[in-house]
Amino acid sequence: MDSIAGSKSSLGWAVNISVVLLVALWVFPTFGLLVSSFRTADQIVGSGWWASMFPSEQTERFRASDPDENRVQRGDLFVVEGNIFEENGGGGDIQSWGTSSRAVDAYQPGDVADLGDGETFTVDADGNYAWSGNDEQISGRGQRAFVTAISPPEFTTENYVNIMTSGNDTDNMAKAFFNTLTVTIPATIIPIVVAAFAAYALAWMDFPGRAILIACVVGLLVVPLQLALIPLLKLHVGVGIGKGYLGVWLAHTGFGLPLAIYLLRNYMVGLPRDIIENAKVDGATDFQIFTKIILPLSFPALASFAIFQFLWTWNDLLVAKVFLIDATGQTTVMTDQIVNLLGTRGGNWEILATAAFVSIAVPLCVFFAMQKYLVRGLLAGSVK
Amino acid sequence: MNPAFLGLITIALGVGGCVLYFWGSNQILDKVIFPAKGPQAGQNINRANMVRPWLFLFPAIFALGLYLAYPVFETLRLSLTDRDAGGAFVGLANYNQMMAEPKFWEALRNNLLWLIVVPAASTAFGLLAAQLTDRIKWGSVAKSLIFMPMAISFVGAGVIFKLVYEARPADQNQIGILNSVWLQFEGGIGSFLFLQALPALMLLAFAAIVAYVGWIFVRPIAESKERGGGKGYVPLRLFVGAAALYLVYLSLTSLVGVFTFDYPYGEPQTWLTIPFWNSFLLMVVLIWIQTGFAMVILSAALRGIPEETVEAAIIDGANPFQIFFKIKVPQIMGTIVVVWTTITIVVLKVFDIVFAMTNGQWETQVLANYMFDKMFRANDWGVGSASAIVIMLLVTPILVWNVYNARKEMK
Repeated sequence: MDSIAGSKSSLGWAVNISVVLLVALWVFPTFGLLVSSFRTADQIVGSGWWASMFPSEQTERFRASDPDENRVQRGDLFVVEGNIFEENGGGGDIQSWGTSSRAVDAYQPGDVADLGDGETFTVDADGNYAWSGNDEQISGRGQRAFVTAISPPEFTTENYVNIMTSGNDTDNMAKAFFNTLTVTIPATIIPIVVAAFAAYALAWMDFPGRAILIACVVGLLVVPLQLALIPLLKLHVGVGIGKGYLGVWLAHTGFGLPLAIYLLRNYMVGLPRDIIENAKVDGATDFQIFTKIILPLSFPALASFAIFQFLWTWNDLLVAKVFLIDATGQTTVMTDQIVNLLGTRGGNWEILATAAFVSIAVPLCVFFAMQKYLVRGLLAGSVK
Repeated sequence: MNPAFLGLITIALGVGGCVLYFWGSNQILDKVIFPAKGPQAGQNINRANMVRPWLFLFPAIFALGLYLAYPVFETLRLSLTDRDAGGAFVGLANYNQMMAEPKFWEALRNNLLWLIVVPAASTAFGLLAAQLTDRIKWGSVAKSLIFMPMAISFVGAGVIFKLVYEARPADQNQIGILNSVWLQFEGGIGSFLFLQALPALMLLAFAAIVAYVGWIFVRPIAESKERGGGKGYVPLRLFVGAAALYLVYLSLTSLVGVFTFDYPYGEPQTWLTIPFWNSFLLMVVLIWIQTGFAMVILSAALRGIPEETVEAAIIDGANPFQIFFKIKVPQIMGTIVVVWTTITIVVLKVFDIVFAMTNGQWETQVLANYMFDKMFRANDWGVGSASAIVIMLLVTPILVWNVYNARKEMK
């Protein structure tokens, strides 16, 4: 509407700034998790993820290595030497250090701290330390020291390697990943095929009771699937399907069908009548018309519903929990495994964040690649 | 066997079976039962065409009937029986037992809060985002980013927001961004602006929206009896009006609370354990997910508004706010209602967020989670079914409204 005189108002800046704020607000949480999944456990608990982009100042406590094994005699003194970064990991530029928790920044790098009776301790800027004193002083446990260092931002892909390839059974997501795929692909394709045939029948075939059937589909759109859990679980167990892939496919098919039929019928009704009638005159059966004409023409609507159903089945927790996951835990899906991780690994953000991101990655890729179709389908269904 | 390989075989079997049905059944119909040749070719084609719709529809009708229609009645029956007594009919005993439980009332109360807050906030944010992004050059990028949470599972979103709400002891660095921001407040002018003025403004806006919606419903009665679907709707309209009045009263009284509340500045909060407010923090997750959906649809509706009406308003000297609220919003009211109802349905069915983040602890229980608890933890199918029926009852008005609208369109 920029073309209309006077519509370019002074609000332009305000609009831009509000949109930036809004987008930031919406992206921030996900971005935080993404950043966290690339940090080590120590970094995550050490500082907020927003600080990870910048060199961070961290104060860490460490001990000089065990004097009984590492001390070296020099004259009548004993010395323990080493490098704190080599022994404890990490790195960076040491700003200050101290030997007591009450004054963690008492000394500059290179200073020599006098610990009394000739015992000394020193740390230089690169983390090399030297602790010297007499036989009695350099014994027992290593000297405690606090070092404040500015460390550069550091990222790792180790978490992803851990989650996908190694780790113990509760952490490893590879199996759950394939289970989710096994659930998702048929649970996306089967309802589309079934719904496409039904939508065609409801849109273009004449038979008694058509109007009632359409009304039923619209009504079933809102029936909460919670109602279906107990009766169908009983039924599945009763007919011998039990808990398994077949049951969860059928359940997803049933629950996804009303929306699929509704969206596809709305789309197919809009196709030009001439094409279908011409084909009929030429002697094509409805099956041929459907497969050769309607299906190719309906591609946008089919794609949009496919994305919908894919996202819904990939992200589902309830249906899988009721109809799929049995006592053996062999068929668990990713959402369920993450919920379990939330229970057992509540504080281990490096595992949680990475696991969540593994499960988010596929739908996000599908979403960004196919967004155009998704929006088109949404609009076909909701806006008249 | 390799899980990937096993999965592949299972997938091939499942999809292949489905495709085989449609292809095979049509082949049998055309080639074996009613072949389109021989002396009765014409009659056979007609007969085949009478059977074919049902061949096309059979799997859909079967699945719909079995997975959605049958459970409605079966759950109703189960809610009137007792599993331990071998499925004996017990009348309303399950309902009585459920209503005696404080957890049920807590779930119902929370669910009603979700039903009011989430659709209202998602639609409002969606409308705001749609209006703002339609006017700028990088609007489509902004839209994709706001729409993105649609693709994220409720469980994934739960993890994302758990990190946002994470709390650590006061002497350590906060890793949850909410606490990190919270610790910046110390009671000065900034705290007043963000913690008192802003919430007050939002409460006022909410009260205004609710009052406006209530007025839309009640107005036909006040003005004339003829409009708005006839007399049958009067009780519904009065009910919505009364509910709106109550919500306005509620938000105005909370307004006082906002200014008198004593904020615990400087202490990190474990957000998800604060009763009442933690429900709102869980709602934020769903609002975050649903806003993109509302935005996409409302943005299309905004684009569909004829430019002439907007131009006419501009020529008459309307300012942007008047154009938005007096010209645009009334014209897309139908779409707003559709978006609102769609999100309402999502709210009623949703269970994963509460399940993953608090599991109903600290007074955050909702009906769907309560039902899951009863069915699969307490193994009490009677009460579980009864609460499922309560959810169904809450959806029924939308169901009736949907079918009514669909039939109106058919004619």
